[in-house]
Amino acid sequence: MNKMIAFGAAAVVALAIGQATADEEAELVIDGQAFVTKLDAPDDSPLPEILSGWRFRNSETQELQTDDFENPAMIFAEYGEELWATAEGETGKSCADCHGDASESMRGLRASMPRWHEGKDTLFTLEDHINWSREEHQKAKPWKWESQEMLAMTAYIGLQSRGMPVAVKTDGKAAPWFEKGKELYYTRVGQLDMACAHCHENNYGNMIRADHLSQGQINGFPVYRLKWQGMGSLHRRFKGCMDNIRATPYKRGSDEFTALELYLASRGQGLSVETPSLRN
Amino acid sequence: MQMTRRDLFALAAGLAAAGLIRMPAHADEAKVEAAIKEFAGGMPETGGVELGAPEIAENGNTVPIEVAAAGATSIMILASGNPNPGVGTFHFTAMSAESRASTRIRLAQTQDVVAVAKMADGSTKMARREIKVTIGGCGG
Amino acid sequence: MANIKPRVKVPGKAKAGEAVTIKTLISHPMESGQRKDRKTGELIPRKIINKFVATYNGETAFSMDLEPAISANPYIEFSVKLAESGTMRFEWTDDDGSVYDIEKEIQVA
Repeated sequence: MNKMIAFGAAAVVALAIGQATADEEAELVIDGQAFVTKLDAPDDSPLPEILSGWRFRNSETQELQTDDFENPAMIFAEYGEELWATAEGETGKSCADCHGDASESMRGLRASMPRWHEGKDTLFTLEDHINWSREEHQKAKPWKWESQEMLAMTAYIGLQSRGMPVAVKTDGKAAPWFEKGKELYYTRVGQLDMACAHCHENNYGNMIRADHLSQGQINGFPVYRLKWQGMGSLHRRFKGCMDNIRATPYKRGSDEFTALELYLASRGQGLSVETPSLRN
Repeated sequence: MQMTRRDLFALAAGLAAAGLIRMPAHADEAKVEAAIKEFAGGMPETGGVELGAPEIAENGNTVPIEVAAAGATSIMILASGNPNPGVGTFHFTAMSAESRASTRIRLAQTQDVVAVAKMADGSTKMARREIKVTIGGCGG
Repeated sequence: MANIKPRVKVPGKAKAGEAVTIKTLISHPMESGQRKDRKTGELIPRKIINKFVATYNGETAFSMDLEPAISANPYIEFSVKLAESGTMRFEWTDDDGSVYDIEKEIQVA
């Protein structure tokens, strides 16, 4: 943090030149591990380049994510680690009893979510997967979507994929969900009559009042938001966006938000998973 | 439309009410000065205290801040634009490698943050700087 | 968080007299007493960590008084120089009187 005083002095100069609040050239390295936060978009992408939300944050916020101790999201991942080993439900089993070491069994899962679940014959988010396993294997009550336990577990399981490239499948049975998500992304809703694309495709990098618009990439969820002073799910963030454009939000875990999640994940294929990340 | 005295009165009352509503609930300068004097026993001279903070905080709920003052035994932080100015006070000892500490603070709005340092010899020093706080509208 | 949990980052080994950075974080809502309950409209009572103390072999090394303007999940960073091996004890005192603590051994050579 000693850098901050030096930064403060430098920022006075930077401000005189322009509204340089975000450091878009910085590279994310966490404890020596490099992350892909920027890459060329494939030809069929609607975006010219793919940028993680981390790139849109200012230096102080960016820095908090480069150190696992300073990143308060890690408290949740640690709580998730405890829950992983805690016996639950009628069967008295813990996650670890069946899945063993999460760093092996859960590695890559977050990077591939949401994905098709054969047994349930539907598209599963990570939250769906966790609750299905609780009911099926532990005979335990499902967790509420935004509960501290669910956020801790999604943070912990997500952490096992940290640094891996987002790689979701959008073909086969997932294809209609992908199409539905895409349709939602471009559909105007609410009193402000806006679609996701208006802010996050046409205007990312610009300021909307005091907010620096990102591409709305989802590779860091669940995230610790400074604004929330706590952890929140992706679907909470969706709800926030819809509230802002004066639309009636879909429910967390709804088919609409799940379809949107798949479509958004596909727009960020190749970005490193940053879960659990930190945003403003 | 001709404005009657009654209209004018209603308008004035409305404006006053609006003004009252818009009055931000923040610590006034007198409260800040009182807190400084209580801590330092007078108004300290400016300089000799480093106050590191973002020029523009992305969110007022969590603003990283760092203070340092060579030889200080205590450093107090005040936020002049919060409902109450007090933020926190660091106390250093002979075991401190240097009189420097960091934390994360809440700022209700764009405002001056003040750091007051008390030295081992009883003298006091002060730094003051503005931190702009972004009021973002996005994301419930 | 369901549980209030302290976390500290302390090097296990240090050289005598050299600066050592200590980082601490505790999961705590730091309820300021100024927020209103959205449903009832009533003020949510204040409940914060108001005091943090780090002692080394029983002697105070660093302390902090905290006010409601400290962010949730309070983060505190400071530095010490140590002459001998020992135990650093960290204590956070809550408004309700609870004390949360954790200890770390440091080998000084």
